[in-house]
Amino acid sequence: MTTTALPTYEDATARFEPVIGLETHVELGTQTKMFCGCRTEFGAEPNTQVCPVCLALPGALPVANRAGIEATIRIGLALNCEIATWCRMARKNYFYPDMPKNFQTSQYDEPLCTDGYVDVEFEGKQYRIGIERVHLEEDTGKTLHVGGATGRIQGATESLVDYNRAGIPLVEIVTKPVPGLGALAPEIAKAYVTELRDIIRSLGVSDVRMEQGSLRCDVNTSLNKPGEEWGTRTETKNVNSLRSVERAVRSEIIRQASLLDEGVRIIQETRHFHEDRGNTSPGRSKETATDYRYFPEPDLVPIAPDPAWVAELKAALPERPSSKRARLREEWGISEIDMQSVANAGAVELIEETIAAGASPAGARKWWMGELARRANETGIELADIGATPAQVAELQKLVDAGKLNDKLARSVLEGVVAGEGDPAAVMAARGLEVVNDEGALTAAVDEAIAANPDIAAKIREGKVAAAGALVGAVMKTTRGQADAKAVRDLILARLS
Amino acid sequence: MSDLTRMSAVELAGAIKSKQVSAVEVAQAHLDRISAVDERVHAFLHVDAEGALAAAARVDKGEVTGPLAGVPVAVKDVIATKGVPTTAASKILEGWRPPYSATIYERLQAAGTVPLGKTNMDEFAMGSSTEYSAYGPTNNPWDLGRIPGGSGGGSAAALAAYEAPLAIGTDTGGSIRQPGAVTGTVGAKPTYGGTSRYGLIAFSSSLDTPGPCARNVEDAALLHSVIGGHDVRDSTSIPQPVPDVVAAARLGATGDLTGVKLGLVKEFAGDGSEAGVTAAFRESLEALVKLGAEVVEVSCPNFQYALPAYYLIAPSECSSNLARFDGVRYGLRVGDDGNRSLEEVMSLTRDAGFGPEVKRRIILGTYALSSGYYDAYYGQAQKVRTLITRDFEKAFEQVDVLVSPTTPFVAFPFGSRTSDPYQMYLADLFTIPTNLYGGPAISVPCGLSEGLPVGFQIMAPTMADDRMYRVGAALESAVGTFTPPAL
Amino acid sequence: MAAISREEVAHLARLSRLAVTEQELDQFAGQLDVILQSVARVGEVAADDIPPTSHSVPLTNVYRDDVPQPSLTQDEALSGAPDAFDGRFRVPRILDEEA
Ligand SMILES: [Mg+2]
Ligand SMILES: [Zn+2]
Repeated sequence: MTTTALPTYEDATARFEPVIGLETHVELGTQTKMFCGCRTEFGAEPNTQVCPVCLALPGALPVANRAGIEATIRIGLALNCEIATWCRMARKNYFYPDMPKNFQTSQYDEPLCTDGYVDVEFEGKQYRIGIERVHLEEDTGKTLHVGGATGRIQGATESLVDYNRAGIPLVEIVTKPVPGLGALAPEIAKAYVTELRDIIRSLGVSDVRMEQGSLRCDVNTSLNKPGEEWGTRTETKNVNSLRSVERAVRSEIIRQASLLDEGVRIIQETRHFHEDRGNTSPGRSKETATDYRYFPEPDLVPIAPDPAWVAELKAALPERPSSKRARLREEWGISEIDMQSVANAGAVELIEETIAAGASPAGARKWWMGELARRANETGIELADIGATPAQVAELQKLVDAGKLNDKLARSVLEGVVAGEGDPAAVMAARGLEVVNDEGALTAAVDEAIAANPDIAAKIREGKVAAAGALVGAVMKTTRGQADAKAVRDLILARLS
Repeated sequence: MSDLTRMSAVELAGAIKSKQVSAVEVAQAHLDRISAVDERVHAFLHVDAEGALAAAARVDKGEVTGPLAGVPVAVKDVIATKGVPTTAASKILEGWRPPYSATIYERLQAAGTVPLGKTNMDEFAMGSSTEYSAYGPTNNPWDLGRIPGGSGGGSAAALAAYEAPLAIGTDTGGSIRQPGAVTGTVGAKPTYGGTSRYGLIAFSSSLDTPGPCARNVEDAALLHSVIGGHDVRDSTSIPQPVPDVVAAARLGATGDLTGVKLGLVKEFAGDGSEAGVTAAFRESLEALVKLGAEVVEVSCPNFQYALPAYYLIAPSECSSNLARFDGVRYGLRVGDDGNRSLEEVMSLTRDAGFGPEVKRRIILGTYALSSGYYDAYYGQAQKVRTLITRDFEKAFEQVDVLVSPTTPFVAFPFGSRTSDPYQMYLADLFTIPTNLYGGPAISVPCGLSEGLPVGFQIMAPTMADDRMYRVGAALESAVGTFTPPAL
Repeated sequence: MAAISREEVAHLARLSRLAVTEQELDQFAGQLDVILQSVARVGEVAADDIPPTSHSVPLTNVYRDDVPQPSLTQDEALSGAPDAFDGRFRVPRILDEEA
């Protein structure tokens, strides 16, 4: 135990150079599991999406899902990888109760995709992150720990296992070690995972949601003095958000620097990141880790993707998110920084579709990045799942453009849409939110306001047009916001001129 | 009607089809025979009398038809049978009733056969004597003090004891053929991938092959044709029709082998076979020559490494395949006293649930796959497998089939080889090369040595299963079949 | 020289989740030693340039379509379980070091 204060981050990165590496697991969004026909729906009753194969009943055999192979190859291609012309699945042997066969069907020395890269932009500069490999494997079941204080494994008296998730295809993406980032390592790690997420989302092969576990990240970090060999790395698990990627690297740099300062050797180990405390604690030490005894899976025949098919898949890849963003920035006429926040909010496709459904770029962006993004932030729900569709947002904007809704009313309508009350027009009708354009009703309200505020009316008559605002406010109040403010103002000025 | 239990499957199918006898009568006759003799033979671990009679009744009502409709069959207990106890002769699966059936079991049912129950075997098919069954050994009907071979000793003994006319076996290193040889019955290992492994409790996935057991070659061919063929649930299943093995068996039975070249593996000669086995084999070879066959000596220099390679590959795969028996989802659990951790309970369960041979092989396989040893053991064994395959391919450029004794020795007395596991492994010396290669092979009774049956093995190229049936049936026509003393 | 030591067998047994007794350990160590000396003969083959065979069938690319098939019911799934609770398989506490 050390009693000396931790070095500051600036201090640590001034004296040590970090080398990082990232291992990312992506749960594919296939209809069925990787090796059996069970469904993959999230949140089903426990052990209802299981069969002899994914429960590892004696005698059952796997058959590979073509869609899983295809998605893995498409991810590899999108990450500029070489696609193997022949490779095999392998068994990774270790005992764990959420893994029915007590081996994971995975890939070892023959991954499907190798040697690619991702270009990551950060503060106007590009960084190329090398991709070591992209391979296919299967997910485990889920374990519920009972009897402990917090549902954690420590102190639990027993555990309950649900195998619904067991066998869902997972793609593992491993970077090459990335040296030379210096103090930017944490931010670039985060930018890399963000870019990876955007690329995979653009392929439509996964919903890549960190909070639901369909995107999971392990971060490797080591430190070395300038000019010296790379240090021993630690592997940080349980990094469950983009922000945590950055924080995990940062905290591990500070921790390792403090140990090295005291002449303590870094041990190769797995560490767990704690979201609440922002630091890591030790897990299993690699020295005592299991020997996985990998060997080629005899129950599955080799994968030999036809080069012509791979070429077809490559030709059909969607536009790279980074170049797409550059293009859309032009089309929408927005700044780099605005585009970055659109991308960070996960709103690129949503805005694009809203424009396609008839809204103006500015109008589409306004709703998604304003009202809806705020809501997403507050509730922690992904923007795409907020409850409003691009078509609905486009319809809302059209109602505003047609003068049927003003801004304030539109926000209420959107609230109704998000609450599942229906399309904007239906919500507007049901909640009685249409702008009052009825001449008779408006005139009555205006006359009432003039009568109630003789002083203001006098000022307007004297030509102090700016005073009209107060009367508009009064009218809006009596019409509960449903009047068209511009029409009210015109009417007041006409009456008092 | 003569004794129904003495009839062949072909005869029974004909008699049932022509309504000379009902399927229920046939089933009952076999169930009666089991009641009468199985206490002494112990071929069965579970007899499903109710299921058998119900299946027979469906045939009698005309609900199912097919070339084997109404013919009883005994199924090795390593095959998953929905709702019917399936244990692989292990304590770890005692009482387990699978919620699904193996593909070959479904095919047996669809063909109208009448499954009588589950037969005894070495635990998880690891053994050559059925002495490693957790439920006690099976006794050889030829001499109840001797082993019936293994691992499929129960299936072979059931045939020899006239408890069933047909049986299902599985062959990983000889487990169909060697029991066939020592019980005087026919056992065929199909081409790997020619019969589905879906629902076959895995021992060594790259070697396991389910296949037919019968008292004569044509019956075996018929059963082979019923269970064989492509299965989408087994990724290693060959998407081609099974060759016409029944026609080949009928052709062979005419006794003409003109122009057929039999290859004699030079390296097998003088490999510790008992004199009586060698003599019976030589006589049979001469009989085949009289039918027109030509004998050519071929060299398969790498066959000498087959046994060592097998005892690395099979244990390695089994160490992984048997990891699922952990007391979590099914089967035995011991030591769960509320204090012990899962790891302890799992380890106690597996130690109590597995017998010594299974544990030996799991440990051996775990060793051979360990990172420091993989290349020297598992990796090297896989290369030997390539060389053995090349030996076979080269030999089949010169000859149509290879022939040898099935096993170096006749049925041995209980306990004579259990103390030295490696001595037991020698029983599979001649059968193992074929498993490493993946081709088909059959054992056909060819004579007696000291009153005990000797088997003649015929090995064919992959997907040329028909060839071995032709030669096997020809041999049978020349030497006849062999009947054990009355029980 | 022994190819495999008693300690090594004990380690392998632990890796394989086999709580073998001291007596079993002695027995297995001796037997495995004999077996290993015999199977080590595969090393005699000069096979540097020989590709390994993992599958004896010459098949590649065997896939199924991504179409859901019926699963077991929860009752069927749990039917063989030694212990179950609330639709899940129940197991004793898991040692933290396994995580
Ligand atoms: Mg992985
Ligand atoms: Zn499943």
